[in-house]
Amino acid sequence: MLTEIIRGLSTTLKSMLEKPVTIQYPEEKRPVRQRFKGRHRLERYENGLEKCIGCSLCAAACPADAIFVEASENTDEERYSPGERYASTYEINMLRCIFCGYCEDACPTEAIVLGDNYELSFTDRRQAIYPKEMLLVPVPEAGKPTPQKVEPGKYNRSIPEMKNLD
Amino acid sequence: MDAALIIEWIVKAVILIAALLFGFMYLTLYERKALARIQVRIGPNRAGPGGWFQPLADGLKLVFKEELIPADAYKLIFILAPILTVVPALVILAVVPWGDTLTLFGRQISLSVANINIGILYITAITSISIYGIVLAGWSSNNKYAMLGGIRSSAQMISYELALGMGFIGPILLAGSMNVLDIVHAQSPVWYVVYQPVGALIFWIATLAEVNRAPFDMPEAEQELTAGYHTEYSGLKFALFFMAEYIKMIAVSAIAVSLFFGGFRGPFIDQLPWLGPVYLFLKVVVLLFGMIWVRATLPRIRYDRLMAFGWKFLLPLSLANIVLTAVGILVNMLWLIPVLTILTFLLAVLLLQKAVARR
Repeated sequence: MLTEIIRGLSTTLKSMLEKPVTIQYPEEKRPVRQRFKGRHRLERYENGLEKCIGCSLCAAACPADAIFVEASENTDEERYSPGERYASTYEINMLRCIFCGYCEDACPTEAIVLGDNYELSFTDRRQAIYPKEMLLVPVPEAGKPTPQKVEPGKYNRSIPEMKNLD
Repeated sequence: MDAALIIEWIVKAVILIAALLFGFMYLTLYERKALARIQVRIGPNRAGPGGWFQPLADGLKLVFKEELIPADAYKLIFILAPILTVVPALVILAVVPWGDTLTLFGRQISLSVANINIGILYITAITSISIYGIVLAGWSSNNKYAMLGGIRSSAQMISYELALGMGFIGPILLAGSMNVLDIVHAQSPVWYVVYQPVGALIFWIATLAEVNRAPFDMPEAEQELTAGYHTEYSGLKFALFFMAEYIKMIAVSAIAVSLFFGGFRGPFIDQLPWLGPVYLFLKVVVLLFGMIWVRATLPRIRYDRLMAFGWKFLLPLSLANIVLTAVGILVNMLWLIPVLTILTFLLAVLLLQKAVARR
């Protein structure tokens, strides 16, 4: 009994000499795992067109009913995405979202992706609803911002076959 | 009695209380930092440079919290209980000297608030009073957890107070005086911890139980009793209980230093009397680290075992320690005391081990 107590005391004393494992969070951030499911991103093609076609499959797949999508028609004068329609409203309620990733699985165009941002904090409920502008990734360097004016008949498929659109 | 003497007493009392309150603040930080280091963490480092304003932040938070008094509580005693706990903790150190006499402004100033000839009796008396605060707090809250915590603490503190009192007797016998200053001066060649190793250990274990520290923090076992006797307390009244506990830690450490570790004495103390408080402070810091260290290491022991340990192990051992000390003094062979007491202690540990194994 005496030896056990002494051994325990020496163990705790020795652990004082170890380097602290604390990571000073706001200053120093640990990278997340590769398959981490954080805040959603709405992806774009390389020419700047949005991948989302407003099909609402993500909203249908969502078990927490956190996603709201409203689709509108694309025209060649004002084109947001390839194909007929695009999401004119895309909102995710981050208070409802459970970060299950089903929306990611349901998406036919791989438009919605769970990213690595976990710093979701808000001071009221209205701020918890993330609109499309917050979710959409910035326009890539090679691309142009949406809506784009394109020649008629160029994007007649919702899911274009080419990887790199010009 | 001249006016200067009264002023001197007031100034010394104010200094002592200020030192205790300041010590309480930084003891909380010290404990959190040391615990964090033992658990391979950093500890509080956000409030101010290196976390040095953390106690201030904690204190301000507690001051601005809402003070709740339960509807069915006995209001008068509910308010009185925290005061009754803090005051003994604050006054207990009055008899512990922080140094010899100092000559300031042409006056001989003795560095203790009250150098009375029954200092040890005073300490035992005051430590007993602080139980009342805890029991009354538990009872007046009208809450079963608080009640259980209060009853547990009364049982525990009364049991361990016996061993604590026995621990006092060793130094008293060796020094032949109950005056704390005399006891400190009697340790000038060797500290009493050399003659009283087992006595010091018993004293230290009993003080851990006396101030409700881990592994004897039964009265406030969070997992069993939510927070024990101060479950219903909030705001400043809770802060008072917190303060009492930490000030008592400082107080018992200072007493243990005075009885067993040479008090304020150290190298060059006779030439430079102002070194006394410094030595006392350093020794207290070391003993406080011991308390934190034990808290970080040992788990809380079960209630029945706590009582059994107090009554069936510590008390007989402390009695044996007294007898052996008396024998050593009688035959005038002081070196005999540590040898005999350590042997008795090992025997007692062996017996305890057998008793635990049989169960």
